[in-house]
Amino acid sequence: MNTQNQYLKAIYLVQEQEDGPASTGKVADALDVSPASANEMIGKLEAAGLADHEKYKGVDLTDEGIKRARDALQTYCIIERFLVEVLEVEEFRAEARQLESVIDETVGDRLDTIIDRDPSCPDCFDAELDVCCHLVSDLDIDREVESEAAD
Amino acid sequence: MSLSYPVASDHQLARLLQIGMVLEEVVEARAHKHFESLDDDERDAELEALLEEAAEESAGHRTELESLVDELEGDPVAYEEIEQLVAARYESDTDTDGVLYDQLASEETAYKFYDDLITAIEGSDVRFSVDRDRLLETLRGIREDEAEGVEEVTRLMEARA
Repeated sequence: MNTQNQYLKAIYLVQEQEDGPASTGKVADALDVSPASANEMIGKLEAAGLADHEKYKGVDLTDEGIKRARDALQTYCIIERFLVEVLEVEEFRAEARQLESVIDETVGDRLDTIIDRDPSCPDCFDAELDVCCHLVSDLDIDREVESEAAD
Repeated sequence: MSLSYPVASDHQLARLLQIGMVLEEVVEARAHKHFESLDDDERDAELEALLEEAAEESAGHRTELESLVDELEGDPVAYEEIEQLVAARYESDTDTDGVLYDQLASEETAYKFYDDLITAIEGSDVRFSVDRDRLLETLRGIREDEAEGVEEVTRLMEARA
């Protein structure tokens, strides 16, 4: 997945959580980049007609931006599910984040031929837990998060 | 999340090579399934040779990747396991066009994967447990085979158009 798509996905997820425009700071945090880098890319997304940016308010994806973000999110879901179902990786969320820049949509589509994915994907993605909500129940992820929070 | 993440460790490299193995296994298993699913009147020597060659080539690539994964102390991915997963979700393309398009998608996907992987390794200054030159030489060789595979399927498709 290229850098632009990773930004679109991050903005989409921040917007989902905020239920409104995504602030540059939150996008930068989500991607672990500097606000200046996030600003620069948001400017490029705006120039490409994928986002609208209003100073002091935040960034909103356009319809085309949303479509691309959802495709990117779907590829990300495929990577997570593939790691869980086929390679049985326990730390699949951390590994998916590492792998996403090397696995693009075409590769994701091939991996999708051997995994079991919910038809509602990517709407089933839980932005807060960074995981498909169906995997949350399958893998007891809630409990894990609670135990991490208790530590 | 890191953007344009270079391959940063043996573990991550082994994971990516495992994914390469799976992609090869998917190509191999789907080529076999395609051939089985074709009606008698759809079968011909050229198509049969293409699918057979694709399966053989993927098996060869898988062996090369497995040797690297072994050296990195990663776990190989058993072909039988992927074959079962492919079979469970296989939707048969009973005509030649469908089979050729799928084969083309397989070859193009594999090419893109190795191309991105090679770029990521080249962008990494990590010292891996496997010899970097041999690693890149192996992956470039496989990428070259995939490029030839794309050309071969395209030629066959054009000849039938």
